[in-house]
Parts: sequence; C-alpha cells; structure tokens
Amino acid sequence: MQRIGVFICWCGSNIAATVDVKKVAETIKNEPGVVYSENYQYMCSENGQQLIKQAIKEHNLTGIVVGACSPRMHEATFRKAAEEAGLNPYMVEIANIREHCSWIHKDMDEATEKAVILVRTAIAKVKLNAPLQAGESPVIKRALVIGGGIAGIQAALDIADAGFEVDIVEKNATIGGRMAQLDKTFPTLDCSACILTPKMVDCAQHEKIDILSYSEVEEVKGFVGNFNVKIRRKARYVDETKCTGCKICMEKCPSKKGLNTFNMGLNPRPAIHIPFAQAIPNVAVIDPEQCIKLKTGKCGICQKFCGVGAIDYEQKDTFIDREYGAIVVATGFKPIALDNFNEYGYSDNKDVITSLELERLMNAAGPTDGVLLRPSDGKHPKVITFIQCVGSRDTSGCGKPYCSKICCMYTAKHAMLIREKYPDTEVHVFYIDVRTPGKNYDEFYRRAVEQYGVDYIKGMVGKVYNENGKLMVQGSNLIDNEQITIESDLVVLATAIEPEPSVRKVATLLTASIDTNNFLTESHAKLRPVESPTAGVYLAGVCQGPKDIPETVSQASACAAKVIGLLAKDKLKTNPCVAMADENMCNGCSQCANVCAYGAITYVEKEFRLGGGKTEVRRVASVNPAVCQGCGACTVTCPSGAMDLKGFSSKQIMSEVEAICKM
Amino acid sequence: MQDVTTEKKEFTPNIVAFCCNWCSYAGADLAGSSRLSYPANVKIIRVPCSCRVNPTFVLKAFQQGADGVILCGCHPGDCHYVTGNYYTRRRMALLFNFLNYMGIEKERTRVEWVSAAEGQKFSAVMNDFVKTVTELGENKRLTDLRVKEGE
Amino acid sequence: MKDVELKMLERAKALLESGEVARVIGWKKGEFIYDPAPASFETVDELKDFVYNWFCGANLSKYLIQASKKEGKTAVFLKPCDTYSFNQLVKEHRVKRENIHVIAVECLGKFDVAKIKAQGVSSIVDVEVQNKEVKVKSFGGETVLNKPEILLTKCETCQKTHQVKDEEIILHDRPERDVNRFAEVEKLEAMTPDERFAFWREQLQKCIRCNACRNVCPACSCVKCVFDNPASGIAAKANDDKFEEQLFHIIRAFHVAGRCTDCGECSRVCPQNIPLHLLNRKFIKDIDGLYGEYQAGETDEGKTPLTSYTENDIEPTDAVNGEAK
Repeated sequence: MQRIGVFICWCGSNIAATVDVKKVAETIKNEPGVVYSENYQYMCSENGQQLIKQAIKEHNLTGIVVGACSPRMHEATFRKAAEEAGLNPYMVEIANIREHCSWIHKDMDEATEKAVILVRTAIAKVKLNAPLQAGESPVIKRALVIGGGIAGIQAALDIADAGFEVDIVEKNATIGGRMAQLDKTFPTLDCSACILTPKMVDCAQHEKIDILSYSEVEEVKGFVGNFNVKIRRKARYVDETKCTGCKICMEKCPSKKGLNTFNMGLNPRPAIHIPFAQAIPNVAVIDPEQCIKLKTGKCGICQKFCGVGAIDYEQKDTFIDREYGAIVVATGFKPIALDNFNEYGYSDNKDVITSLELERLMNAAGPTDGVLLRPSDGKHPKVITFIQCVGSRDTSGCGKPYCSKICCMYTAKHAMLIREKYPDTEVHVFYIDVRTPGKNYDEFYRRAVEQYGVDYIKGMVGKVYNENGKLMVQGSNLIDNEQITIESDLVVLATAIEPEPSVRKVATLLTASIDTNNFLTESHAKLRPVESPTAGVYLAGVCQGPKDIPETVSQASACAAKVIGLLAKDKLKTNPCVAMADENMCNGCSQCANVCAYGAITYVEKEFRLGGGKTEVRRVASVNPAVCQGCGACTVTCPSGAMDLKGFSSKQIMSEVEAICKM
Repeated sequence: MQDVTTEKKEFTPNIVAFCCNWCSYAGADLAGSSRLSYPANVKIIRVPCSCRVNPTFVLKAFQQGADGVILCGCHPGDCHYVTGNYYTRRRMALLFNFLNYMGIEKERTRVEWVSAAEGQKFSAVMNDFVKTVTELGENKRLTDLRVKEGE
Repeated sequence: MKDVELKMLERAKALLESGEVARVIGWKKGEFIYDPAPASFETVDELKDFVYNWFCGANLSKYLIQASKKEGKTAVFLKPCDTYSFNQLVKEHRVKRENIHVIAVECLGKFDVAKIKAQGVSSIVDVEVQNKEVKVKSFGGETVLNKPEILLTKCETCQKTHQVKDEEIILHDRPERDVNRFAEVEKLEAMTPDERFAFWREQLQKCIRCNACRNVCPACSCVKCVFDNPASGIAAKANDDKFEEQLFHIIRAFHVAGRCTDCGECSRVCPQNIPLHLLNRKFIKDIDGLYGEYQAGETDEGKTPLTSYTENDIEPTDAVNGEAK
C-alpha cells in the first residue's frame, strides 16, 4: 500500500500570497494514498527539511510530493533529505507551484485550484515511481589521444603531468602535425620548430607518455571510463627499438624520387626516410610503394648498410589492445584540394602555390633551405600576389561555407616576412574581408600594411593565367571600383582548411557526431565546447572547428583538465534515469539504436524460455546505463513499447496527463 | 469568427504543455520569475527532452478531455541531447498532419521551441495558444472517434 | 494462371524432394476457388492441395517470422508487393534472410470476391482472364466482368516490382499502369475538417476491434503488441477508460508510419470494409512530401524517415498549414 506524504511550501509570501497553501494541504489530505499533508513557510530550510524527514519516518512514507519552487531549484535538496530519512531519493516528486503557478497568476482562487491540480499530478506520478539506484562504473586511469599534432601533444603533456598514463596514437611516422611544417608563427613571429620540437621531445621523454606513431585506431568498444581500443601499428619495415636515426639508409637508398610529403611534395626523398630532422620518434620508415626491395624483391641496400640491423622487410601490421578511461580526439586538418578552383591555375602553373607550400619554401629546413625561390625556375620572385579566401566562405558548393579563420593572419605574416627579408619584392593581397580578432592580431596586420607596405586590395580574383612566363592575376579592386591585372612571379593561395579526412572513421568508431563540414560536434557550443556528446570523448584543435595555435593549445589544455577530472575519480556515478528495454517485449528491430545519439544501445542474442521445455533465441536491445543520457528518443521509436525510461516512464507521464485532464 | 463568448459562457480550455527539462521548462521558470503571466489552464508536464513525448501522450490528453496540446523543446540545433528535438519535429509534423486529416483541428496542436532564456516567448506562446484554442471551443472529437458511447 | 501454378508446384516439389528446403510456404486450396489460404507444405504429398490463382491475394511474408526460426530453409512464393514487406522484416531483424529461399512469382492483380458477388455473380466455379475481360463461371452460367472493377483495392493502384528474389517464375508481363495511389487521400484532404471527421467517424464506428488488421499487418511484427503491453499505458487492461478502444487506429497508423510498405492487407482483411489503407497512405504521402520520397521495404537496410532527420526539416506548424497537406 502506498503511503504518500505531501509538503506544501509557502516560500515566505512567494507562494502563500497567491496560493492558499493551507487549503491546498487540506484538500490534498483526501487524495487516495495520501496519509500526510502539511504546509510550512520554508520547506527548503533546515527546519523544513527536518519536518519532511520526521514525517517520512513517523508515517512510514513510501513517496513524497513537495509543492514548492521549480525542481530545477530544489529537487536535489529534497531528494537528499528523503535519502537521509531512509527513503529512496527517486521517490520524491516536485509540484512546481511557484514559477508555474503563484508567480504568474494573480487571482487567489484560480492559483489555488491550479496548485491543487499540480500537486495531484505529482501524486499521480510519484505513485508510479520506483526506487532507483545510481549505478557505478570503475574508471581506467589511462587516456588515449588520437592525433599527435600540437593539440594532441599539449593534451597528452598536461594529462601526463597530472600523473596519468597517456598514449598518443599518430597515423604518420612522426608526431608534430601541421605545426611542424610551419615556418614562423603569428603574431610573435617566433620559429614554429623552436617552440614545438621541445614539446615533442618532452612527450618522448615523459615516463607517462607512450607515443604510438605510424598507428591508427581500428576499433573502439566500451564507454566512458572503460574504453577498449584496438590500435593498428602499421608496418614501417624498420625496428623502432633498434633504429638510431643515423640516416645512413637515407643516403644509400637508390630509390630517391619519392615526393617529400613533409615538404608538400616540393622536393624528392628516398624510399626509406625520416620525415624531418627533429622527428619523434627519430626512426626511419620505408614507403612500400617506392621501395625497390618491397616491390621487386631485389635491392636490400639499406639492410646491408644499417649498422644495428633495424631493417625488417618482413614486418607486418600488428594490433594491440589497450584500455582507456577517456579519449581525446585531436585529428587536425588539411588544406582542401583545389580541383574545384581551376580559375587560379594551381595545377597548370608551378608558381601558383598554397600557403602551406610557401611555409616550406621559406623554412630554413625546407627544400630551398629557406631561400624564397620560384618552384618553376628557382629564381627570386619579384612580384608576389596573395589570394585570400580560396575555398573559404564559399557558398557555391565548390569550397567550404565557413571561414577558415587562420588565413588572414598567416597571409599577413607571409607578406610581412617576405617584405622583411626581400625588401625589393612587391607584395599584393586580394581579400574579401580582413578578420583579425585576437590579442595583438589587428596590430600585427596593421604593421604589415603600415610598416611593411603590403598592398591590400579589397576584391576577388577572377582568374590567374600564364602570359609569356608571367602569372597574370586578374581581379577587381572594389574600393576603386576597377578591374585590375597584376603581373606576378609567384601566386600564393590562402587555401581553406578542412578536417583531416580520417576523422570520419574516428567519429564513427567513437559514435561521436559530426557536422555537415566534417567537424566534430561539441556537446554544447558555448558551455561544453571541448566535450563530445559521447561521454568520455573530448575534442581538441581543428577537428572541432577552425582555430589557430593559441586557441588549439587552450582547447587542448581544457580537454586535459576535463580528462584529469574524469580520471581522478575511482568510480563514476551514473544517472539512474536511463532507458531500459523489457526483453520480453523487445523485437530487436534496431529502431531504437538508430535514434540514439550516444551509441548506448547494442543488441544481444538471448535465450528465452517458451514454456513446455522449449527455448527460443531472440535478438534484444541492451542499454548501457553508463552511456545512456536519458533523453527518451528510443522510447518513442520502439514499436512495442518495450523501451521505457526510468523516472519518466510512459505510465508515469500518462498518469500525469490523466491527472491534469480529469479536472 | 463566431463570437464564442456569447454562445458558450466562459469556456476555459484545458491545455497540456509538455516541456523539455533543459530549455522550455527553464523558460517557463523564467516566465514565472519574471512574473509574465499566462492563463492558469495551462498545465506543464516536465519531460527530459521533447523527444520523450510519445504521440500516445498527445492522444491520451485529447481523449481525456484536453482542448489543446503543446510541446515545447530546445531550438533545433540546441538540443541538450544533441538530436532529440529533430526527431520530435518529424514525429509531430506527421502526427499533427494526420490528426488534421482525421478532422481534428490543426490549431489544437502545436510545437514551439523555447529556450531557457525565452521566458517572454514562453508566456507569449501560451497566451496565444490559449486564445486560439478558446476560439475553437471545446474539443470533443478525439474522445469519441469511434462513437462507442452515446450518440 | 494455370501454367504459372504448374511451374510453382514443380519447383516446390523439387525443392522439397532435394531437401534444399524443409518447407514451402504458399497457398492451399479452400472449399471454393475464391478462398485459398496461406499454408506451409512440408512434404511432396501435402502439395496436392497447393494452389495459385486469381484469389491468392494474401501476403505471405509475415509467416516467415516463425518459419525462419525453424530448422532448415523455408521457400516462399512472394508477389511483387509482398517482397517489400519481406525486406522490411529482414531490416527489422524479424526474419532471418539466410533461412529463406524467395521465389518471386508473377502477379497480374488479385480479385476481390466481394466485388464479384456485388456484381450479382455467386457460386463462382472458375475464372478465365483475357486482358481486361474476366469470364466468371458459376452455377448460374457465365458472366463477363471488367477486370479493373473486381481487383482487390490494394491491386487497383499497385505499381510494385519484385525487390528480392532467389529465383523467379514470371511467364506473363504485367501491363503498365499509371494510377495515383494518393487520389483517395487527396480527396479527403480537400474536405473541411468537419467533413473529414464525419467521414472517419462513420468509417471507424464500424470497427469491431477484431484485430484482423493488426494480425495480418507485416509491419505489426512485434513479439508483443504495444496494445497488450501494460507498461505502455495504452493497453486496455491498464485503463478503466476507453483510450485504447477509441484511438486504436490512430496509434496503429502512427506505429507503422515509415515502416508500412502499403501492402494493403489491412483493408483486404477488414471484415467491416473500413478503408484502413487510407490511414497509412496519409503518412506515406506526407513523408514523401515533407522528407522526400521513401518506399519502405525497397531495401533491407537503412534508417526510416522517422529515425532520421535533417537540420532543416519543416516545422510542424508549417507542415500542417502549408504545402504538404
């Protein structure tokens, strides 16, 4: 038999001035199942809570309804009070008679009548409440960082410094990412390698960090606190534990005509190579597409010359399984392909280059040793034209609708560096808008214009074509309202950036959602910007949206803080108001999993007794309570009604509807 | 439009409002703390997400004598549960269309997106909805679609 | 038709004899030519009662839920429209595809005996069809009827083609048909709400809650129906009111929305002749109009319109007021 207690709060005069609280408490006394009904000035006060606790004990209450302010305010307070009195905290319902009643109505009779209905509705619900227990799940104190660019490096270092084990999985042969390819960084113009490589070394030397380079995540199972991840370690044909990075193999390798991808393909490299001088790990890798030995079986020169016997042509991909409590996604970006932008003549002219290619051409460790030379003839360019927003802010469908955010600043940087180093060079920049929010950013851009005399032209470029060895850049100057053509030696395209394509696979593995531009979606655009909607998965860097290095590092550290907060716990308390499938009703039709944003639902084959000694194996849904967030989308999709939501069950809501309608 | 006040004296419709916990319920709270009034015949049921609202709840309300049913949720794209309200939007668009097809006036059903900051909107929406349903008068259709009782 | 039946029988025999399948699901002779019933044949001997004629309208796909759980493979004869239901059942994991051998059989439309009787012909002995002309032989003699007038309602607008087959028995081409299956729905939409309500009330008050529609419906494939689930809050037993009684058809239609293949079985079996397919077709029409054309059961994978979304879907208010009525 249910024994319901009802507690009507005055909230001083907040409720009592418009709702006749005594009358409500009196009227409710006659409700079936109600054995106790009282009113008090401040239910949330120490004394008010005491009154509730006492009543629970004295009257052996099986459920309580508090008619008070919004549950968003004090539901937790009253649940705690109930628990202290020995009543399951989920046997508490709140009737919101303040925000939804006394504060919006002026007529006392009307407000009192409504308050009675709201309390009755809460009684109808609480009668169907079931005691719920918050679940617990253990936390594996190890984090996985996917991607070893500056975002992944920063997150890993911060997590490791807090004392937790971290693995960095990097698909390339070295960590460092895009930042390692940059020459200088805005707005301070410090050398990118000088600030990045020490951090890479820190990672390699940190006792809590394990770098799994040339590796990819293959499979992710489990949930927050308990991820099981299968990692593919791709065959690099070099024993990582033996290679000393002496580079003799690179010298001796006869197949030297591969494209140096680190230098954006601007110069060749041998089949066996270390991507760049400061690579971490400083270990060679063989490109199987280029290696003569691997392709024809003949050669083996590198093996012959390797002093430590590190070369292993028989190496195969291997798989390792690791467990993690949290995962940081930091998969980064790439410049978009320029196939849709024939007007800029990128594929036809060697001297039309992307900004990232320019970074390599200006870098002291780049293909030209830092001397700016045209790719076509190796001469110094005298007139350089930059074109901004190539593929950014493009709603035509050829490019990307978003602003890539970093191009305005790096173009200003490029222009400034060129004018600094080669004052005789003429530099033009075509732009739609110059966007420079950020500390010292606008000052930086103004310096480019005012101090370095870079010629900024507001307008779009119509086409770039080659005429007698000169690149003719035809565009409009919107300020002067004229069409202009600039005869240039080098054209640099500020190419839009997009998420690294491998992010799609990672997102699928993690059931992390992705937007139409392939950026990972954050849990809340403003308030939970580094968390993925999938619990235990965090987002750092450009995989979540375009951003520059300072922002990326901030986000990575924010991720680390979230991860540390998670890993610091021994156990996770789980929300008990989660979905649950009645296996006897479940058809295993998969509709529920289709709408679950969290991947909380899986299917299992289960044996059921049919009676008469017979059994039947059926596919049924199984909800992981540690992953389910309790939205209820699945409950409505379920055709048989097998899926229900604890705390907001169909019967509970139906009974509330009934209580409201039966006036 | 008929003058309903002379024909039916003081008809006050019964309105059931399903509000998602994170946006609309908070929006209703804000309407309260801002003292933005709306008629007392609107009663709110708190659900975690608008996507928790089963069409059967809506039907139940009508069958039990509600004159109007309104669902409120986070704005599309802002759902606390990422995608919940997108499903709500499809389900209710189809359900309301269908009820209209059965002859249940389309004005009796509504979906509104109300954020936690939109107390003003919550109050305005409820005032407007009550006004609309009041003009329509009592709902009898869904209580006796199969005419098992009486008539 | 006789030649098709013969071929089918031949195949059924061969499959059973060779042990390739443990049973064949097809139609069994009834007392009259017009009342064949779905049946499972497990031996060659049982096949003596096998029949395939102009009255085999029943959709056999739902029988596969049970059959596919049994030991051994099951062969089934599926008409074009039945294959959509089959795919939908496979998609919802209710039928194990690997346990089924699908024989796609030709269908030139099936007859509604009630419509023949309504034309004054009773005691039907045989039918002979030549294009649009149907010679109905009865004890009273021979009557020539117009084929389109005696087709089952579901066949009147059928444009379906076989979506799945392991083999096929098709001897005659089906004539092309150009019909709008939503014409009736559109007619209702053009009425006023009062007229529509009157129409549906008149129809639905005929309902005797025999559950034939639910039992025959291939989309109603639940282990246990929501109407029998006390936790759903809509089961009749759980309520002292008449909620389930009164709203059964609305709830049922919504439950199969996005999953209904428009096989038309509900209307075919309704003993009260309620045009139940007009409920489901409304959902189909709205889904097509609001979210792009979608045919349930066209494939055996993918999401349904109600388990997917786009960020720019139409608002419910605009949907009821606007373009897609």
